Amino acid sequence: MHIYLPIAEMSVNIFLLLGMGAAIGMLSGIFGVGGGFLMTPLLIFIGVPPAVAVGTEANQIVASSVSGVLAHWRRGNVDIKMGIVLLVGGLLGSSFGVWLFSALRSLGQIDLVIRLSYVFFLGIIGLLMFVESARSIRRQTATATTRRKLHQHNFLHGLPFKMRFRRSKLYISALLPLLVGCLVGVLASIMGVGGGFVMVPAMIYLLGMPTAVVVGTSLFQIIFVTANATFLQAYINQTVDIVLALLLLSGAVIGAQLGTKLGALLRGEQLRGLLALMVIAVCVKLAYDLIATPADPYMLGEAVGH
Amino acid sequence: MRHPFLAPLVLLLLALPGAESARAEPLIADLSESVVRITTGFTGTKVLLFGAKEGDGRIVVIVEGPRHGLTVRRKDRIAGIWVNRAEVRFRDVPSFYQVLSSEPLEQWLPLRTRNTYQIGVEYLKMQPEDDVGPAEASKFRDALIRNMQRIGRYGVLEGKVSVLSGQLFRADLYLPANLPTGFYKIEVMLVKDGDVKSIQSTPLLVTKSGIGAEVYDMAYSYPAVYGALAIVIAIAAGLGANAAFRKI
Repeated sequence: MHIYLPIAEMSVNIFLLLGMGAAIGMLSGIFGVGGGFLMTPLLIFIGVPPAVAVGTEANQIVASSVSGVLAHWRRGNVDIKMGIVLLVGGLLGSSFGVWLFSALRSLGQIDLVIRLSYVFFLGIIGLLMFVESARSIRRQTATATTRRKLHQHNFLHGLPFKMRFRRSKLYISALLPLLVGCLVGVLASIMGVGGGFVMVPAMIYLLGMPTAVVVGTSLFQIIFVTANATFLQAYINQTVDIVLALLLLSGAVIGAQLGTKLGALLRGEQLRGLLALMVIAVCVKLAYDLIATPADPYMLGEAVGH
Repeated sequence: MRHPFLAPLVLLLLALPGAESARAEPLIADLSESVVRITTGFTGTKVLLFGAKEGDGRIVVIVEGPRHGLTVRRKDRIAGIWVNRAEVRFRDVPSFYQVLSSEPLEQWLPLRTRNTYQIGVEYLKMQPEDDVGPAEASKFRDALIRNMQRIGRYGVLEGKVSVLSGQLFRADLYLPANLPTGFYKIEVMLVKDGDVKSIQSTPLLVTKSGIGAEVYDMAYSYPAVYGALAIVIAIAAGLGANAAFRKI
């Protein structure tokens, strides 16, 4: 059964979309990742125009983050003050990102930039995850753990505009989270991701936040940033396909339920290694498409007066 | 939506340049439908063209979608990566173009006629907007046509017009799933002795219909409302999913 997607302007099998939503939803249930960084390339692979894939995925992430943040909220794992500082940066970044997106699109370079960003980030994250899970599989027998300091002091702590974040037990310059939020906002607009995969490590290693509040706070911030990106993409570029977003979402809800249950039963390290391999595979496929000689070097742009 | 006066009007306008040739021979044609609706379940459709002619001329049918400006880009290798470099914009590019005939065109239609009436993809009049050399322009033009053919927007379907008893003719117009919207012009030409003796033009409206059309219209006419709605729907879906989670 096919369904015509009004903004992507293509006819796609409805079960393919539901299945993709379910598969990515399951992954996010198992690993606690957003899944945007896998869904957007998948949409591009099935022929959705990259610009529409990015805009629509931002919309879908609003939904999955809302659903995800509530559990953390109930447990008090959201540092609202930190979230708001990240958020201010995120709004700036995502607005700039949509503007950049629009400019690149009129230059005919948006597809390239989307693909390059994916190759870059998926490559780094896939490799890091793979190395980490390989190491922890090897380390399983050796149980000796050394207690680390909460965080290291370095030049970053000399920056001005210091602010106290009680929930995170931090006293750091507000510029840092502002900057992190800003960078993640740009990624949300250009790549159609929540940016959790960049923000979570940045919060832990760069800001030194306690792990317990990291996921909740990042989800809190992602809701607003992806909402901003969704609105601006719809307003400026008309690249948000509500029908597509709803179909992916329906699949994702079911998938995430299964995933959460499955995740509790399965072994973490092997699974994480598997996810890493998948991320690397998607990255390699995208990179290959950029490097391989195209069947036809000529391409049609968008029709004008359409 | 029917335009009873539009067809004769277009016919009159089209007849003007070649007035002396397109007068005498009578020709009548019509479509089984005047509107194609792209609904949510649209996967392409078939429209029947039928008509009658007098005399022993041959029939050529051209299906042409609305014309727009279109940019063609060429990728070049930069630091190992294929990047869009040169681009040429063309004016008046048909968004859809199909020629149907009863016999292979090469054999009996003179180039002059094909050129005048734009019969065949190579004869489409599409001018580059930018200042490019003729060699470069023709490369980009070929690429435009090639890409349109690849996605099924352009085509020449020879032998697809069937003539019954020398007078009646019919043709099935297959319109694919990725059909662009707008006003189409279906031109039926009666060709005799290598010359177009008569033309009949019938409009066909291709329009989005149903929920898909409303979504599309809203996205382009009220983008702010659309964006806000997208967020509201997403938040509602997220809350709904969460409520469902807690119960199970």
